[in-house]
Amino acid sequence: MIRVEKVSLKHGSTPILHDISLDIPKGGITALIGPNGAGKSSLLSLIARLQPLQTGKISIEGYPVDTTPNRDLAKIIAILRQDSIVTSRLRVRELVGFGRFPHGRGRLTEEDQRIIDQSLQQFDLTDLAGRFIETLSGGQRQRALVAMAFAQGTDYLLLDEPLNNLDMYFARELMRSLRKIADGKGKTVVIVLHDINQAGVYADRIVAMKSGRIIADGPPSELLTPETLHAIFGFGMRVETIDGIPIVVHLR
Amino acid sequence: MPDRRLLCLGAAAIVCIAAYMTIGLGGNIGFVLSLRATKLAALLQVSLSIALSTVIFQTVTNNRILTPSIMGLDALYLFGQMLLVFLLGGLGYSALDPQLKFGGEVMLLMGLAIGLLLPMLRRRTDMGLMLLAGVIFGVLFRSLQSLLARLVDPNDFAVAQSASFANFNDVRTDVLIFATILTAVAAVIAWRARHLLDIVALGADSATGLGVAWARTVAGLLLLVSSLVAVSTALVGPIAFFGLLVVAIAERVVDTRRHSMLLPAAAFTAVIILVGGQTLFQHGLGNSSTLGVVIEFAGGLAFLILLFLGSRR
Repeated sequence: MIRVEKVSLKHGSTPILHDISLDIPKGGITALIGPNGAGKSSLLSLIARLQPLQTGKISIEGYPVDTTPNRDLAKIIAILRQDSIVTSRLRVRELVGFGRFPHGRGRLTEEDQRIIDQSLQQFDLTDLAGRFIETLSGGQRQRALVAMAFAQGTDYLLLDEPLNNLDMYFARELMRSLRKIADGKGKTVVIVLHDINQAGVYADRIVAMKSGRIIADGPPSELLTPETLHAIFGFGMRVETIDGIPIVVHLR
Repeated sequence: MPDRRLLCLGAAAIVCIAAYMTIGLGGNIGFVLSLRATKLAALLQVSLSIALSTVIFQTVTNNRILTPSIMGLDALYLFGQMLLVFLLGGLGYSALDPQLKFGGEVMLLMGLAIGLLLPMLRRRTDMGLMLLAGVIFGVLFRSLQSLLARLVDPNDFAVAQSASFANFNDVRTDVLIFATILTAVAAVIAWRARHLLDIVALGADSATGLGVAWARTVAGLLLLVSSLVAVSTALVGPIAFFGLLVVAIAERVVDTRRHSMLLPAAAFTAVIILVGGQTLFQHGLGNSSTLGVVIEFAGGLAFLILLFLGSRR
């Protein structure tokens, strides 16, 4: 379980997060939604100890993120950021292989190779495995980065807008893969999404943030109502239920 | 299996070393060989330390056109030399125990690296700020050095000046043993960190996500870089662009940024240029030119080309 207790964050004097408390139990997909600047990415990077905690406590499986050795945490939780730097002259397979670093400190066993192959296959990268990263399109690169996070083999996976740059096919494929590992392997996925319908279709739970606060929290069927959505995004939209799934019509 | 391109580089490096040792042998062979072996040892150390320090520094700063001299490390070294001459006079300076002096210089350089780092380690290491601090320290030390140079008398100035220019003909063999140990230890550490360096190259966030204790790791790597810079600066004086040239060539030859390839490739390239170049200048061109100048010229050109290519991308 990821437990966030009374966490606040300031950049200089600008408050980013106000007194956030949130429990994410093990298993399932939790989607973080909200307008730009709501603090979703900040919350994610605090959970993944990419930023130092200022006030409050965060723990994963009972391990506090600020005091547990980084190496141990890397076996429990993996994160994919929006703006990951990718060094040049690096092949896709090498990049995905970096995901195994926490386990063997760079020495790849046969087991590691098997997991790398599996991750490549899962994201349709097998044909691209020998290509240099900088020769890939934005979407292909994004898939390679997600595959790297997958290869890390952690129980918790934090993804910050992983659908960026992905076309419809691969956005769907990625969400289906996430659903599969959440259901089949009991992994816990926390994902920042901007496409509200992806969240509605694939997530078990939606946490909505606005101006550094959590303003709504619940399963898609409860949360995706015109009133709540208006409160979150500031404009009205229609919600239709198709095959039992709430679909938000937000384009007009 | 080792890569073919790496093997070629290694073979070329060995050929250069063999040529350096054997071309134009004559007279008292035992004496000549031992003289050459000592100088060769120094050249090899300089090659190794410059290649490794530049690769590591570029990886840590995630910047292909930087060399450690931007952190003001060699400027501090030169300032230290001038300060000693100023305090002790030319005679006193020359009478100093070289091992002791070298040890002190290494500690001083590592101290500066930590001094620059510590304030920034409290927060997440801000690389831009740190480099800026390095550049400013470099200017400060250079200015202090030229101030002192105006204060000492001309004879003492000549003593200090000989330490301030890169000179591959007259390497400082008196500190060789100490430098050898330092280089060997640093090289072993760098090699063992090759996988870690691959991860560090991904940047702070990705590396942290993969379980690297970022601040501690970067501090350690910069200490390693500063001790390597101390070795090369103490042995032959400051060289700015050589490392840049070496890494740029090595990276193009092995066509990867993986450190298990790049570290040895850069070391071999450095040996080829330095030992091969020295052989060429001594025997082919009869010492009519200075290798240091040529290397810096070529390195400067490489720097401009990298800048140009980078800006087009």
